[in-house]
Amino acid sequence: MIESFPRLLNATILTIELTLLSLLFGVFVGAFFAVLRTSKIKILYFISYYYSYIFRGTPLLVQIFIIYFGLGQVEWLRESFLWVIFKEPYSCAIIAFTLNTGAYTSEIFRSAFETIQKGLIEAAEGLGLSKIHVFFKIKLPIAIKQSLPAYGNEMILMLKGTSLASTVTLLDLTGVAKHIISTTFRPVEVFIVAGSIYLLMTFIIHNFIKILEKKLDYSK
Amino acid sequence: MGLLAYGDTGWGDELFFATLMTIAVAITAIFIGFLLAAIFASFKLSNIRILNLIGSFYTTVFRGVPELLVIYLFFFGSSGAVMYVAKIFGYDGYIEVNAFLTGALSIGIISGAYSTEVFRGAVQSINKGQFEASEVLGLKKKFYYYKVIIPQMLRLALPNISNVWQITLKDTSLISVTGLVEIMRQSYIAAGSTRDPLFFYSFAAVLYLFLTFLSLKLFNNLEKHYSKGY
Repeated sequence: MIESFPRLLNATILTIELTLLSLLFGVFVGAFFAVLRTSKIKILYFISYYYSYIFRGTPLLVQIFIIYFGLGQVEWLRESFLWVIFKEPYSCAIIAFTLNTGAYTSEIFRSAFETIQKGLIEAAEGLGLSKIHVFFKIKLPIAIKQSLPAYGNEMILMLKGTSLASTVTLLDLTGVAKHIISTTFRPVEVFIVAGSIYLLMTFIIHNFIKILEKKLDYSK
Repeated sequence: MGLLAYGDTGWGDELFFATLMTIAVAITAIFIGFLLAAIFASFKLSNIRILNLIGSFYTTVFRGVPELLVIYLFFFGSSGAVMYVAKIFGYDGYIEVNAFLTGALSIGIISGAYSTEVFRGAVQSINKGQFEASEVLGLKKKFYYYKVIIPQMLRLALPNISNVWQITLKDTSLISVTGLVEIMRQSYIAAGSTRDPLFFYSFAAVLYLFLTFLSLKLFNNLEKHYSKGY
């Protein structure tokens, strides 16, 4: 039992890697679709709307299976240079996670921008600030602060979501835990060790967000 | 569309029954969750510290650990646990625990952790005056809980219960790793035997979208019903 502990710790590195990369890409995807959502061009609005609707309305497992198993079937994709990306479970997992977290993140950003008081924007414009200034100095800081609690939750959901990487042969923390369980038949012990590692990471994210929130609390 | 034909030639009937299985697991799981939530929410609201701690431990663990890991724990652990108990009673054979039961139980326990927070928040959001007024009016505790407190609670809790339902419904897809034939597992089987994973997984996505869409409609109607007085 003890000798499996380093293996779990090793697998944790992959879990952290998958989480951080997906979150990083996901922020950009989310911001992009949140901007599309505010567009007055109907087709752009609908693209963003249905993107978030589809990715939030289906399980992550389906999404990862479509990308990893499903896209491998597309002839022209297999012959194009993109195949380098789509044949690897690692990059497929990251693409699926990024698109999934991007959908949730776009909703978080959208609602954060919507809750900004109109008076603030009018005041800024009244003071003669340019549109770019209003966006970067007024809107964005408020929106970031507004979306922090919800985004913290999303980070934790993504951390848990990376466990699905084990379904496409990747040996992340859950994948290794399953492997050890199925060879040693010690489900409880392995669950306690792997679960504690996950809880520790959740705890770190939780406190990281709390500290950020305090830092960004301008009212104090 | 031949692939989706009903009967021996296509996968239409199999996928139809798989969808029913997904719904059955999800409903069983959310009710197991409600049951657990009623217990643990009262723990969290009680004045006894040890009960508070137990309640917090439950919600922290099952909201912080990946669903898949919990499912593996129950999948690999349940037959061992049952056999252990059976051994005490003198039975020494191998016992396999029903996949539906372990699946519904593991998803139910996760769902319960989310429901606990919802129930706790709902009770706390009821104005104290409502309890006091009911008592002053001489209403019996049982009567005013059913007629005054719970209807108000439901109105506030429904949007959150709707969220928990969506999470639970989507989590059922993970039970496919245990071999229970729900939407994901059936699509996996169909994809394997027809070598058309793109079609079947996309179709599974459509089925899930349909289910989430339908439940959203249902909850909207319920919300309307319970906010009549507002």
